[in-house]
Amino acid sequence: MEQTKGQFVIAIRVENRFGVLSRVAGMFSRRGFNIDSLTVSETETNGVSRITISMQGDHYQRCQIIKQLSKLSEVMQIKVMEPAESVIREMLLIKVKSTPESRRDVMDATTVYRASIVDYSPSAMCVAVSGDPAKLNAFIELMKPYGILEICRTGVVAMDRDAVSLRDTDMHYLNDLQ
Amino acid sequence: MKLTGAEIIVETLLEQECDTVFGYPGGQVLNIYDALYMASDRIHHVLTAHEQGAAHAADGYARATGRVGVVIATSGPGATNLVTGIATAYLDSTPMVAITGNVPCDLIGRDSFQEVDIMGITIPITKHNYFVRRVEDLADTIREAFRIAKSGRPGPVLIDVPKNVQTDTCEYVRGEPARPYPMEIAPDAKLKEAADLLAAAERPFIYCGGGVVIAGAEREICRLSEMLDAPIGCSMMGLSAVPSDFPLMLGMQGMHGNFAASRSMADADVILACGARFSDRATGNKGKFSKRAKIIHIDIDPAEISKNIPVSLGIVGDIRNALTRLITITPSRKRPAWIQKVEQYRAHGKVEVDPSVLRPYAIIDRVCDRASADTLVVTDVGQHQMWTAQRYRFHGSRTFITSGGLGTMGFGLGAAIGAAKGTGRRTVLFTGDGSFGMNLNEMVTAVSQHLPIVILIMNNGVLGMVRQWQTLFYNHHYSNTTLNRPTDFKKLGEAFGAVAFTVKDIGQLDEALSAAFSNDGPTLIDCHIDMDEMVLPMIPPGGAIDQLIVKRSDIKEV
Repeated sequence: MEQTKGQFVIAIRVENRFGVLSRVAGMFSRRGFNIDSLTVSETETNGVSRITISMQGDHYQRCQIIKQLSKLSEVMQIKVMEPAESVIREMLLIKVKSTPESRRDVMDATTVYRASIVDYSPSAMCVAVSGDPAKLNAFIELMKPYGILEICRTGVVAMDRDAVSLRDTDMHYLNDLQ
Repeated sequence: MKLTGAEIIVETLLEQECDTVFGYPGGQVLNIYDALYMASDRIHHVLTAHEQGAAHAADGYARATGRVGVVIATSGPGATNLVTGIATAYLDSTPMVAITGNVPCDLIGRDSFQEVDIMGITIPITKHNYFVRRVEDLADTIREAFRIAKSGRPGPVLIDVPKNVQTDTCEYVRGEPARPYPMEIAPDAKLKEAADLLAAAERPFIYCGGGVVIAGAEREICRLSEMLDAPIGCSMMGLSAVPSDFPLMLGMQGMHGNFAASRSMADADVILACGARFSDRATGNKGKFSKRAKIIHIDIDPAEISKNIPVSLGIVGDIRNALTRLITITPSRKRPAWIQKVEQYRAHGKVEVDPSVLRPYAIIDRVCDRASADTLVVTDVGQHQMWTAQRYRFHGSRTFITSGGLGTMGFGLGAAIGAAKGTGRRTVLFTGDGSFGMNLNEMVTAVSQHLPIVILIMNNGVLGMVRQWQTLFYNHHYSNTTLNRPTDFKKLGEAFGAVAFTVKDIGQLDEALSAAFSNDGPTLIDCHIDMDEMVLPMIPPGGAIDQLIVKRSDIKEV
């Protein structure tokens, strides 16, 4: 059994009913697990929302959290998004001090990271970066020397590669997780 | 036909084959109570002294009958008073539907008088819950609530109904009683694997939990036990699944389990756990728990597999179905060496009881002698509960009703009321002076409903279980556990209108019991016992079987 703790991403399809978000979020605090990020959005199906949660944990915590969440009435499908089989993306807005000395460097970095400057004023620049979370972390590291004024991240969203859809997950796989 | 929301609630309850509800009226459920009044020839409402008592009564009703227990309370404090009762039901997987009133929708969210977000409060302690916004959704919500409450691993469901939804009207069409969702069925391959493990076992052991009672798999578990020569140890919740006189029954295992049960489980090479959840009270130190054994775990709830103890083989499915199939594919085999060992443990753990002295086991034996196989036994929480679990000779499924998971002191009297009401059978409540003190107001309900409940208080003048821990682990610092209360429980019982006795020796107990068992109303027996009685054996918290305290003389070594 794998015991290493690592970052992982859970995708959940839920019936969009009153209180569903607090049910899902509450399960984490109740079972003593931390959420790193959580996003909710509409889906291709009316009345169905998709929640993407990023958290750290070992194999045990992974199994427990998805099995416990699967018991909530609103949860239709749930699974761990394996990095090799999915696209995992996040967006970052980062505001950096702008000085005549630093401006050029920041703009170069923005180009290299295929990010874009979305606000520009004499004293600050706001850069929007999207990509996998590691890329965002690297960009933040890169900006540190220039003076970061503010950071805001969306939290990750994730989707299976190929024609696989979360919608089609047969939840019986949970019975074999231990 | 067009009905008000309140009428729809009553009609839907009836449609769901509910003829008895427990509850307490109040401002935001006046309409429901009006509808109950109009339907009082079809649905029976049991008024309790407090909403908590009503919740425990609905729970006791459900545990004794296997049907869904229903409780009704008003908004605000009425609703919050249900919380302990709902949590108790949740931890022990009892099917229950709680209906609360709330302020009208246009007052929601304004901190109105007696407004609380009971849906938010009960999310972590219900299987599911609802806030009903439209009268059109009401009937289907109640149907779905019943369905969820009794499907798979049962549990409590709460429905919060604002007052305007109770007064609004809509078309009501009578529906069918909700059928549970289809059960998961264990896959053949896994059962085959289980059969192979069991066939190869030299020292098989069956760990029987409350899920066996819920699944109605009592006969199957005994049959399998006989085929394998596998002794059975039960979690407290599983106790009534196996008759105490079944030859391979070793009783309760765990922290206060019988020596033979805990020891045999520790020795086993294959453990078949059915409908049990390896609670910390059942396993002690998880790191040391049955390290050498291969564990097979059958449960309807996939989240229980490897939750507390990593298992070798997890099987998700209906226990009765799984055991029935397991019986057909597992070879019978005698295992005389193992049985001999188990019998040695049994002999070693045997406790001599002097029947002439008023001590816990002797008291329980006396009650057993009077009781019949279908007598319901209810407990509160504490030493008396453990003594009952260890000693009482159970003879029928669903005859033992106790708060296992949550350990709710004050559960007993309400639960006994619900159990007696639901079955019409003689009910014995073992309680302590501490637990009884928590909800003794429900004496009014027992008396007004004229229920055949024998309330036996093991009165030691202290909070015995906590005192025991203080003795063993807190240097005899008896902080706030010596009650020093001059309460005369006999007078108290009489003041409520019950028959009551004070008992200080075995002779008095016999007299009191003989009166109690011929009384068709409630009888209170205040039984005085020593404050230093202990629950033994005991595995210290976080300890393992090798640290078992069997008798008082072992205590010094701890």
